[in-house]
Amino acid sequence: MDHDQGSHGTGTGISNNKLLMWVFLGSECLLFGGLISAYLINRGRFHTGPAPGDIFDIPFTSVSSFVLLMSSLTMVLALSALQRGDIRNNRIWLLTTALLGSLFIGGQVYEFTSFLREGLGYTTSPFSSAFFTLTGFHGIHVSVGIVMLMSLVISSYRGTLTKKNSETVEIVGLYWHFVDVVWIFIFTVIYLVPSPTS
Amino acid sequence: MSTETAADLEAGAGHEHPTDAKYVQIAILLAVITAAEVSTYYVDIGPILIPALMVMMVVKFFYVAAWFMHLKFDSILFTRFFVTGLILATAVYCVFLTVFEFWSKG
Repeated sequence: MDHDQGSHGTGTGISNNKLLMWVFLGSECLLFGGLISAYLINRGRFHTGPAPGDIFDIPFTSVSSFVLLMSSLTMVLALSALQRGDIRNNRIWLLTTALLGSLFIGGQVYEFTSFLREGLGYTTSPFSSAFFTLTGFHGIHVSVGIVMLMSLVISSYRGTLTKKNSETVEIVGLYWHFVDVVWIFIFTVIYLVPSPTS
Repeated sequence: MSTETAADLEAGAGHEHPTDAKYVQIAILLAVITAAEVSTYYVDIGPILIPALMVMMVVKFFYVAAWFMHLKFDSILFTRFFVTGLILATAVYCVFLTVFEFWSKG
């Protein structure tokens, strides 16, 4: 398999680009660790607005979570296709991943607007600030991932994305899976663990 | 000092990745675990709720990191960077928790 092209000539014998992405993801753990901590500390501080247990729509968020989880499958299938030299299926899976990511973002926009209608704004309470900051940061990460996926699709149509440089797709894939992993945490800790009600 | 060589770090980097069928199997498993997680919203399982949710979350995390992010097959160095980030993130949470929940109470 030709998936380790970037490792030639490096001191560690592994790709510098991949190593850089893993170091970045390690630092991202800290960012989200801080945001999740801030949320957990503030989840009970909602005196001036709706309580988390009163507004979360678990069935809706479950569908969004499932969509994002399945986008990890399509991402890994995109990489697998390119590593086989199957350009057509690589494009299909990349586009499917971007579409699933867009569906997730659409769901988040819907959720945020419905919360606003119910009186939960960014500055309503410490709980709302922590919630919107955490899920908003995650949404920004997903959006950045969609932009990266679409740039890969454009590169593919230009003929610059081939089996030879499949490591580029692998690195974007690492970012995408990380975003999925963060949502696995958020979905369980923020939504499924019983939240306080008013 | 580590005595690892470049060859040690590279170990695993050239392994064959799993087949598409294996990826689909992992995705089905993840979907089943997610369904089990969501079912706890509808079915009261009592005091084991939070431990059960945590276990299912960790299992899902493990499968995505090991199989989809290829940590199972890639260099151990990548795993170390990622785990270091996770440990530091957990430490951040513990510091937050102690500051706000224990030390702030007279």
